[in-house]
Amino acid sequence: MLDLTNITKVFYPGTVNEKMALDNVNLHVNKGDVICVIGSNGSGKSTLFNLISGTYPVTNGKIIFDETDVTASPEYKRAMTIGRIFQDPTKGTAANMSIEDNMITAMTKGMKGLKISLNNEKRQWFRELLKPIGLENRLKDNVGLLSGGQRQALTLLMTVMSKPKMLLLDEHTAALDPRNAQIVMDLTARYIKEYSLTALMVTHNMQFAIDFGNRLIMMDEGLIILDVAGEQKEQLTVQELVRRFKDLRKKTFDNDEGLLTRD
Amino acid sequence: MLEGIFVDGLVFSLMVIGILISYRILDFPDLTCDGSVATGAAVAAMTISNGFPIFIALILSFFSGIIAGMVTAAIHNKLKIPGLLAGILTMTMLYSVNLRILGNKANVPLLRVETIYTKLPQSFSFLPPEWASLIGTLLVVLFVKVLIDIFFRTDLGVAMGAMGGNEQMVISQGLNPDILKLMGIGLSNGLIALSGGLLAQYQGFADANLGQGMVVQGLAAIMIGEFLFSSNRISLLTLRAIFGAIIYKALMFFGRKYGYLVNITPNDFKLLTGILVIASLFIAQTRNAASSAGAKKKAIARSLARRKEDSNNA
Repeated sequence: MLDLTNITKVFYPGTVNEKMALDNVNLHVNKGDVICVIGSNGSGKSTLFNLISGTYPVTNGKIIFDETDVTASPEYKRAMTIGRIFQDPTKGTAANMSIEDNMITAMTKGMKGLKISLNNEKRQWFRELLKPIGLENRLKDNVGLLSGGQRQALTLLMTVMSKPKMLLLDEHTAALDPRNAQIVMDLTARYIKEYSLTALMVTHNMQFAIDFGNRLIMMDEGLIILDVAGEQKEQLTVQELVRRFKDLRKKTFDNDEGLLTRD
Repeated sequence: MLEGIFVDGLVFSLMVIGILISYRILDFPDLTCDGSVATGAAVAAMTISNGFPIFIALILSFFSGIIAGMVTAAIHNKLKIPGLLAGILTMTMLYSVNLRILGNKANVPLLRVETIYTKLPQSFSFLPPEWASLIGTLLVVLFVKVLIDIFFRTDLGVAMGAMGGNEQMVISQGLNPDILKLMGIGLSNGLIALSGGLLAQYQGFADANLGQGMVVQGLAAIMIGEFLFSSNRISLLTLRAIFGAIIYKALMFFGRKYGYLVNITPNDFKLLTGILVIASLFIAQTRNAASSAGAKKKAIARSLARRKEDSNNA
């Protein structure tokens, strides 16, 4: 599905601020993989996502997605098949427009034509889709009126309704309160199953990363230091993760907070 | 005489709709307007005085504006400079271009040639001439307004609105924001130039300095309109822009007529327009603050009521 070969990203090369964000990273993602990505601040998780989705160009390396070389293709083209959800709930929807207008924009990807697609039949369908998140009677309301949790749930729905091949979830529940985070997370699990999506998810909750998905990646200082899948992953515990981190990196933590801090 | 205010306001309203598209819908502070309105006027004046039909003149005006807008958007897209600077660049360059179009003259009169405002009284000869001009202009403006309303209901138009609200969202939907800006700013300036084309015919001359301060006047009209009613429906947004344009022109008219009583001359109008925009922004801000303060108070009252109820139940 996705192949990253020798990916290196250097920010501000040749200046005093030069920073190696990703150091010769290789990653192969199989179709149907649901991968949790953990790591402390500055470990390169977000950079990895930004490179996959095309926000930044790579300094070196090659990105193959779905058997096509996408290394040089711009973000909006990759977005045709890669759906991304940000930590900030305001990034995925247009606050100045109604829910139905947001949904009609998300319904089909790519350049739009001079067709008026929004009709009562579409509204009926949108209502059905919106039922699980309880917004079925608010089609005409501006998205700006929704709470953060509702907006993130709507973003998730809008992202999956265009049937992307891959989902990038960048701590998409971190800005929500625990209850809404749970709702959005349940929806995520449901949609991933329903649409059999391939997904990469950044999280800071180690227990959650162990429980969710079939594969776990741990990053540190621009490297993937741990990649476990299947049975091996099921047997992991938080203590085990922290211990392995210490062994691998020859670093010590007083506790596991070093991994748990938020960006 | 009063009809004159309406004709003036309606001609101006096309420009205000153009500015509405760039400033409010696309959230792109575009200053190309000061140049493109004069381009539209110059193109229309030269086309008409060279004997082409008025219809062709207006179409050419519209397209000259589209090109001007697209230049601004292209500078902004390719060089990644702020929209404001891109607009100023195009506006400045257009000044020379406009003089070229006018045959290196600062002013081209439209005397003894057929314009839309000499033709309209002939076609509606059963009406007084001022009313004929008014109805003709109204028809043109309504036609454009309805087309714009429909356009912003289409998938493409909705996507443009989405870009104004959140550019990242549009990128995430696989749309190239550069192309949307090219089209949106093009359309905006097309309308502005069309307004210029009508204005040249209405006032009977095209002038290279026609556009000076037009953006601020257009913003003033939009803000006046926004005081009338609030809505997020495109048909009401454009209607509001038209009303705002007419009210602005009426204010200017009465300023010219009675301003001498308080020692105001037309020379002061740019200052007053600027102050009007600042005052509108100030009022909008205090109104927002007041309504959010009101909402806060209500929220506190609700939570108090809830607590009271809970303690009563306990």
